[in-house]
Amino acid sequence: MFQVIGERINTSRKKVQAAVVGRDADYIRNDVKKQQEAGADFIDVNAGARIGHEQEDMEWLLDTIGPVATVPLCLDSPDPAILEMAYTMVDRTPMINSISLEKDRFNVMMPFLAGKECKIVSLCMDDAGMPESSDDIFARAEKLVTELEAIGLQQDDIYIDPLVQPISTDSTKGTMVLDAVRRIKKQYPEVHITGGLSNISYGLPERKIINRIFVTLMMDAGMDSAIIDPLDSKIMAAIRTADMLLGKDNFCMGYLKGVRSGLIKS
Amino acid sequence: MTDFSEIKETLVNLDQQRLLQLVNDALAEGTPASDILNNGLIAGMDIVGEKMENGDMFIPEVLMAARAMGKGVEILKPLLGDEESATKGNVIIGTVKGDLHDIGKNLVAMMAESAGLTVHNLGVDIAPEEFVRQIKEKNANILCLSALLTTTMPMMKQTIDAVVESGLRDQVKIMVGGAPVTQAFADDIGADAFAPDAGSAAKSAKALVN
Repeated sequence: MFQVIGERINTSRKKVQAAVVGRDADYIRNDVKKQQEAGADFIDVNAGARIGHEQEDMEWLLDTIGPVATVPLCLDSPDPAILEMAYTMVDRTPMINSISLEKDRFNVMMPFLAGKECKIVSLCMDDAGMPESSDDIFARAEKLVTELEAIGLQQDDIYIDPLVQPISTDSTKGTMVLDAVRRIKKQYPEVHITGGLSNISYGLPERKIINRIFVTLMMDAGMDSAIIDPLDSKIMAAIRTADMLLGKDNFCMGYLKGVRSGLIKS
Repeated sequence: MTDFSEIKETLVNLDQQRLLQLVNDALAEGTPASDILNNGLIAGMDIVGEKMENGDMFIPEVLMAARAMGKGVEILKPLLGDEESATKGNVIIGTVKGDLHDIGKNLVAMMAESAGLTVHNLGVDIAPEEFVRQIKEKNANILCLSALLTTTMPMMKQTIDAVVESGLRDQVKIMVGGAPVTQAFADDIGADAFAPDAGSAAKSAKALVN
């Protein structure tokens, strides 16, 4: 089944930042509970927006979320020192967000990951910038998988983010990433494909319909996770329905359960 | 007498073939190439920028307009004197060190160029000292900095600080932009302007040096 990484606990969101500044634990816990009820499989926690306060904000957020979390957390920071601290504060094996092939990021994240039990979001980004072709995405994914396996991670723990790019700037950006995902899944069936989706619709009107249709196309190509807002009921319904149509929902039980609970409406 | 409103309208309507026809007609009527450029093509792109800013035109349309305009400029360029093709704004633009995002920055560069400014697009991951070197070398009067990450926003301040230290701060107006950047942040780090989108960026850049 598709794994949803709930993106809402991020201090770049105004309300979350206000709650973090005001140490409003109820707001944060309530938001986490709502994401879990909506079907989030992981809760992403990013405390990076208040420059100079990431350490204390992350610590407070994890302390606050811990007692209400029923799913693993996705620890989202570029700073291995903060990730080290965060790693010791969680009850369930976390997901780490993220590593990339950019030298400065890669060289500090590899020692952090070595020997740790975790899942890892792996961005197809390197020092040359965003990938420019399907081959480019695939080659970067291959390098990430090879390097991560060499330090002991299982393919099942690796979540490749192929980096979705705006179709408004180049009409081939959709097929570029779809083709790459197909190739990655063919080569590494156990590896997961995740990432944000909303970049696809940047620069265009009525973005949500684009995001919704795109996620189902990506799922057919092999995407089995995404970093999204689980409270967006329409995209969640599209994902649940696509899971069923792609043969991942035995006897359509997930779909029917979703309809009965009101989560899926046509 | 050339009807510039028709040229502008045709550009806004993305009719490249008709636009080039109108440019050639205007030249045949004896309209100076510089007038066609300034009152027709650049004025038309100003409208496109405004429409983009207001959410009435979208990136693919802006790209098509810029392409049509570029074809028009190709016709005019050989007919423009050095002085006529000299622009008021000489822009250095790049994404700051540590940041590899370029889509928004490239749109700003394209719109600025379409607005009649000279643009030197340095690319991504540009160190403060490289910006300083390029300002000197190109004798720029506008510096545009892009950052898409909260982690690279401080590098904007470091870049501005480097420009101040180099003694070039009075020579350039500095504009900043990128998804996490706000007006408050721009004020904080001593930038002259903040642009939330490519359409308003080109307009602000022109306003800064006029």
